[in-house]
Amino acid sequence: MVVAIVLLLVAVGSVLFHIYSPWWWTPIATNWRYIDDTINITFWITGAVFFAVIAFMAYCVFRFHHKEGRQAAYNPENKKLEWWLTIGTAIGVGAMLAPGLVVWHQYVTVPADATEIEVMGQQWSWSFRLPGKDGRMGTTDVRYVSSDNPMGLNPDDQHGQDDVVIASDDLHLPIGKPVKVLLRSLDVLHDFYVPEFRAKMDMVPGMVTYFWMTPIRTGTFDVLCAELCGAAHAQMRAKVFVDEESDYRAWLEKQKTFAELSGRSAVKRATYESGGK
Amino acid sequence: MSAIILFMAVIAVIAGWWLSQQRLMAKPWLEEGGIGDFPGTGAMTWPAAKIGLGVFLAVAGSLFALFTSAYSMRMNMVDWRAMPVPALLWFNTGVLVLSSVALQWAYVATRRDNMNGVIVGLCAGGASAVTFLVGQLLAWQQLRAAGYFVASNPANSFFYMITAAHGLHLMGGLVALGRTTAKVWRGAEMAQLRLSVELCTIYWHFLLLVWLVLLGLLTGWTDDFVDICRRLLS
Amino acid sequence: MVDVPYDAIADAPPAEVPEVELYHPKSWWTQYVFSQDAKVIAIQYSLTATAIGLVALVLSWMMRLQLGFPGTFSFIDANQYLQFITMHGMIMVIYLLTALFLGGFGNYLIPLMVGARDMVFPYVNMLSYWVYLLAVVVLASTFFVPGGPTGAGWTLYPPQAILSGTPGQDWGIVLMLASLILFIIGFTMGGLNYVVTVLQARTRGMTLMRLPLTVWGIFTATVMALLAFPALFVASVMMLFDRLLGTSFFMPALIEMGQQMKYGGGSPILFQHLFWFFGHPEVYIVALPAFGIVSDLISTHARKNIFGYRMMVWAIVGIGALSFVVWAHHMYVSGMHPHFGFFFATTTLIIAIPTAIKVYNWVLTLWRGDIHLTVPMLFALGFIITFVNGGLTGLFLGNVVVDVPLSDTMFVVAHFHMVMGVAPIMVVLGAIYHWYPKVTGRMLDDWMGKFHFWVTFLGAYLIFFPMHYLGLQGVPRRYHDLGEAAFITPNVHTLNAFITVVALIVGFAQMVFLFNLVWSLFKGKASGGNPWRATTLEWQTPETPPGHGNWGKELPVVYRWAYDYSVPGAAQDFIPQNQPRATPALQGAAP
Repeated sequence: MVVAIVLLLVAVGSVLFHIYSPWWWTPIATNWRYIDDTINITFWITGAVFFAVIAFMAYCVFRFHHKEGRQAAYNPENKKLEWWLTIGTAIGVGAMLAPGLVVWHQYVTVPADATEIEVMGQQWSWSFRLPGKDGRMGTTDVRYVSSDNPMGLNPDDQHGQDDVVIASDDLHLPIGKPVKVLLRSLDVLHDFYVPEFRAKMDMVPGMVTYFWMTPIRTGTFDVLCAELCGAAHAQMRAKVFVDEESDYRAWLEKQKTFAELSGRSAVKRATYESGGK
Repeated sequence: MSAIILFMAVIAVIAGWWLSQQRLMAKPWLEEGGIGDFPGTGAMTWPAAKIGLGVFLAVAGSLFALFTSAYSMRMNMVDWRAMPVPALLWFNTGVLVLSSVALQWAYVATRRDNMNGVIVGLCAGGASAVTFLVGQLLAWQQLRAAGYFVASNPANSFFYMITAAHGLHLMGGLVALGRTTAKVWRGAEMAQLRLSVELCTIYWHFLLLVWLVLLGLLTGWTDDFVDICRRLLS
Repeated sequence: MVDVPYDAIADAPPAEVPEVELYHPKSWWTQYVFSQDAKVIAIQYSLTATAIGLVALVLSWMMRLQLGFPGTFSFIDANQYLQFITMHGMIMVIYLLTALFLGGFGNYLIPLMVGARDMVFPYVNMLSYWVYLLAVVVLASTFFVPGGPTGAGWTLYPPQAILSGTPGQDWGIVLMLASLILFIIGFTMGGLNYVVTVLQARTRGMTLMRLPLTVWGIFTATVMALLAFPALFVASVMMLFDRLLGTSFFMPALIEMGQQMKYGGGSPILFQHLFWFFGHPEVYIVALPAFGIVSDLISTHARKNIFGYRMMVWAIVGIGALSFVVWAHHMYVSGMHPHFGFFFATTTLIIAIPTAIKVYNWVLTLWRGDIHLTVPMLFALGFIITFVNGGLTGLFLGNVVVDVPLSDTMFVVAHFHMVMGVAPIMVVLGAIYHWYPKVTGRMLDDWMGKFHFWVTFLGAYLIFFPMHYLGLQGVPRRYHDLGEAAFITPNVHTLNAFITVVALIVGFAQMVFLFNLVWSLFKGKASGGNPWRATTLEWQTPETPPGHGNWGKELPVVYRWAYDYSVPGAAQDFIPQNQPRATPALQGAAP
């Protein structure tokens, strides 16, 4: 009796906790409301199954616990019941999987008008890069990394000269414009993680990964690292500002390009040397 | 990961075939009864050691399939520079084939109760296997002399690692072979030898097969073969 | 070729193998220390696993103290925190759960349940334990080497695992990889025994469909482990090469502390594929024995045959096979080709169907049963709740797009602790209460058992259920200090402190259990041979605890399946597997 009640209380308590929990996801700041919707669908379906199974179990314990003279039924199997349960489960699984796959398709399909930006992680800080006037980003390589070229841009690449380099500072994004975030790492795995964006992806040294999103509300958001990257993993922070278009323009004006940061002469010397070989 | 998936599929087919013989659709609660009522569903009648070897070959096969998978994934990266295959490897392959043939000889001899044949087969098999291992070491030395060090390119790293793994398995086999030979030395009866010789032979054939697959991989033939298959399919 | 038959001894059914075939211990050393008896090896495995498991338990207290009260304990810094989580995870998953289920329960139960005298290769079986012990010693030694144990996370992802930004980079990681390699070698020796014993040494009449589900679960898990552990072996060897010989299997060109390293071109994702090709089957390697054991606990203590035995067997085999094609669901946000997401989300959610069937069949076994609320039954009920909870949250993480915001948060931590931490541990504990009488001849104390169950079950649920919601809010995992961030509200710290307090209480409740184990050994009520009135063979041994060779002079013969409980018309509410068919005259005599 007591056992049955406690089991039921676990089920009821879990549901109540879910409904009244003050711990809940942060208000969303991008177009990925679909992800939240899929989570909600999953919560509904799994919650119903959880409650049904535990409540049924509690009922069994209440109704069939041992008493003098009770004999268990002899019931090796019930094909029909098992088939119905299997089919029901398959339908439930399909109801979660189908929206999941549809949204995943959106997640991996970057719209054509998305602006590319780059986020680079290293132990233990973030750097950002925006394409310059030409709308294209230059190539990079770990070999080019130095104190005045912290992101390792290729000094010979024309497309890279006007790239806006933001080393160890905060990132700004304009509201309402889709961005394709290219992700790169200099040393170990990192993960550009802004809870309000919902979207994220690991950054892997030696390759470029990506995700896309459209910011839908202005504000300041904390950037954390979500892939264990060593001793100071927890301290790897930055901020992202989502601005109105005009504020964004004003901020962008103040940023320095790669050419400005590295100085023209350095670029020329590099060209000369590589030509000389 | 296609190599390991393929390997797992083969294992799954074997396991599925065996399970299909075991009356898994039966309703056991209706089948009260003694021995002999359900022929073919009892324990396997092979000796335990033989089944054990079979299971071990599946484990070792999985290991080499995984090496192969890792090799083929790593090989698509840009820094891969294929390594020349030392001519010595062809000689070694020949020796390993001889070794397998010698053990097969010994195995056939056990069935014909020909003790001399067993001794010749075991000794020749052991000697040629040792020759193979020495040959592999020489191949390593030649490569090192030619400047192909273990860390200078992933192709080299894989070569050393995979040949070492194969060599270690062969050395394990030599221990078993040594014990079998010692049994002959102590004058064991043929009946006590049959199983040991058979198991060594199976293991030798397995290692030869693995070596041929690895050789195909290291020389790039497997690659060409896969390419041809792809072209045929498309 | 003409098949020459094997000599007569090998050809006969195993039941007729004469006793002389058995190894006989000649001294105290070979009987209790270097023993080749599977039952002794089982106890050695269990005690070693428990000992190292206690270390992992203490580590979990350390990290909970840090998480619950950050900054209070000056003896825990960021490096140590990472070392604690790494060692805790590795020990719990591999050195405790895998070793306990397969090396402990497998060794004890397989020969007894299939009616064999011992494992088929007793000497190899003994070696298996000693290699395992060596692996544990190597692992434990990393606490004392310069730089301490590795802090790379239990997944050991490169490049981080072997770079200097991670604690334990010089000795810790090397010894960790060496220890894993040893473990795999030792396990393979044991695993061959478990598989071949089930295949070859079943007693007469023990068809596959008469096996108790415990054996089905352990057998399938062992087959999976034998095939999956090589992936971890390969990954470990390759990482050792990278670390010690400077190869670049997994290491791309990178910069460490401002210096360009000599590595180049390698693929960190290759490691992840290999690791998870082992890592996902590993989840089921732990889960399937638990599934099997809990089926037997429920059936025995509800005095009712397991509902849908055939479906249960098919589900075990199906889950085992499917678990090899779902590994990349751990890698949705790893940067692998995004199109893999479609395939792996589908396979992952499909595996939920056979798993759900198992859950339905457990609760349907309770339906119209005669439920004895013994301690093993309570733990079985606790298992069902925690497993259903953890399994359902798996549907979140397996559904690729839902995983994107939740990956690497406390949601993941809560999920896998619920489903492969708490749930299997519930089964382990229930199984110990269930089989302790067979191992020692004495019952565990019931009052202490019930106290232990309620604190452990309710406590563990209170720890891990709310933890999901921290993850939902965005709290990342593997952070020794959450620091300042707008979304980390004060109530996050409140919940963390609460969880820590509960975790400490649950931890100390385990001390009651350990005390019970020792106390009952001397003072427990004598149990007799079959205290639970169970049908399976291990309860029908002539001696309790079973003697060397298990069965005395004659091997048992099996006449029926393992679940003849409450058969209508039978004299008792159970019929042992080795009881012959009743003759008509006898049936008439029964009331």
